[in-house]
Amino acid sequence: MSRKGFAVLALVVALLPLALTNNYTYEVAIVVGLNAIVCVGLNLLIGYAGQISLGHAGFFGLGAYGSAILAARYGWPPFAGLAAAVAAVSLIAWIIGKPVLRLKGHYLAMATLGLGIIVAVVLATEDQVTGGPDGMPVPPLTLGSVVLQGEKLWYWIVAVVLLATVWLALNLIDSPRGRAWRALHGSEVAAGAIGIDPARHKLSAFVLSAALAALAGALTAHYSGFITPAKASFLHSIELVTMVVFGGMASTFGAVVGAAILTTLPQLLTVFKEYEMVTLGAVMMLTMIFMPQGLVPTLEKALAAARRKPE
Amino acid sequence: MLLRAENLSKSFGGVAAVQAVELGVERGTVHSIIGPNGAGKTTLLNLLSGIYRADAGQIFFGEEDVTSRAPHEFASAGIGRTFQNLQIFFNMSVLENVMAGRWLHEACGLAAALLRAPSLAHAERRARAESEELLGFVGLERWAHSPSDGLPYGALKRLEIARALAARPKLVLLDEPAAGLNPTETREIDQLIRRIAERGITVVLVEHNMKLVMEVSQRVLVLDHGRKLAEGDPETVSRDPQVIEAYLGVEAC
Repeated sequence: MSRKGFAVLALVVALLPLALTNNYTYEVAIVVGLNAIVCVGLNLLIGYAGQISLGHAGFFGLGAYGSAILAARYGWPPFAGLAAAVAAVSLIAWIIGKPVLRLKGHYLAMATLGLGIIVAVVLATEDQVTGGPDGMPVPPLTLGSVVLQGEKLWYWIVAVVLLATVWLALNLIDSPRGRAWRALHGSEVAAGAIGIDPARHKLSAFVLSAALAALAGALTAHYSGFITPAKASFLHSIELVTMVVFGGMASTFGAVVGAAILTTLPQLLTVFKEYEMVTLGAVMMLTMIFMPQGLVPTLEKALAAARRKPE
Repeated sequence: MLLRAENLSKSFGGVAAVQAVELGVERGTVHSIIGPNGAGKTTLLNLLSGIYRADAGQIFFGEEDVTSRAPHEFASAGIGRTFQNLQIFFNMSVLENVMAGRWLHEACGLAAALLRAPSLAHAERRARAESEELLGFVGLERWAHSPSDGLPYGALKRLEIARALAARPKLVLLDEPAAGLNPTETREIDQLIRRIAERGITVVLVEHNMKLVMEVSQRVLVLDHGRKLAEGDPETVSRDPQVIEAYLGVEAC
């Protein structure tokens, strides 16, 4: 199933440029890919390990600003800055995760929410370094003397990173460690009874998902050439969680589909854009009421049922 | 003596659930814990698996003092358990539930898991085969690839046992494995407990079904109001006037 799914995803990603007619559609596809990278990571945490985070835009923002500041203010080679930013965010997630992941359910939601808000406030107020609420320009990525610019090139950069992320996530889920994470979601007390240390595994899921958010954030910053604190805001966190829930928790392809649909809709229909938060809220509510498992798992079940019927 | 509890006590807000209980479980036996509702059986089991931390007393497993360890450390010491109120991983297939139980023996690093290291692929094949074998042992082989949330209650009870055995425990705590089962299913559990003991795994059984307890156990501990009321072989315990009183009331004597 997962191998077939990966082949389909790779095919879609490879053939999509045939349908992308101008820079704007390319740009939408790139943003879809970047959001999908965050969502695949967030889904590992929420959908598989069963731990909520309402602050992942914070990690996205820290990755974006970290990489941007190292390149713009300190003159680091962009790739080195990007790697350093992702490593630093992982470390921050580890330090914060250790106490915060002792909390469960609503309490964990509130703590991560607070974390995201703190990051957004710091980014907006430390204007000496971050440029404040107006944001800051970000130098493009360079490989030797080649400057990585242009929608077409970036499409393929993001495509490769996304496919790699999905492949790694699929491997992980189907490994002993992936089963340990899922066990935590299924029953923490039973996971403990078979020797799984809940604290350790929650933390590694949290750090991995934060690292992927930081990576997508850094890529977003260098791709768009400009970054504002809005990307680290609470609303962006909610957007990300909605994508995961709508696409389907505990479904890697669901996370990609959720990111694709909820990123594209506001771009295609301006009505959605104006009422973006209202739409997101409605999507979240309707998903919870009518397909709590999310789009992709619901479709998978319907397909499986339809296949069984003729027999 | 494989498992030894000394002077074990636990209270919840003034209610003494377990008071100064002594327990000694011999290697290779089936040792049952019985008692009326609220006698402290499940509390004792939770103490013996690290889910509750004892207010007083000590727990020794083999030579090790495991008293203040975390639940997953009880598991790695070799104490497995099942749960009375099913704690199945409903987000996984039946086979995956059992495979998850093998974590202690096939823990892998994050990098190896992400990159699907070749050594891992080999270990996974073996894990799958051995888990299927365990499902056969508890009689669930035909359900192996079903989602676990579609299984009947009796099958889930046996899945709990298979998952606990997958961790290769030296001792397994079974919390009311026959509760809610019909007589046929209960007989199957009876057989299953005997076969677990034959594998050399020591069993501590908490159970309400007296017939089952009397048939499979070598030793029985009777709790009442958190205290040890009687202990001995099933014959002796079932004739103990105090035990009869606790179960049936004074009039019955």
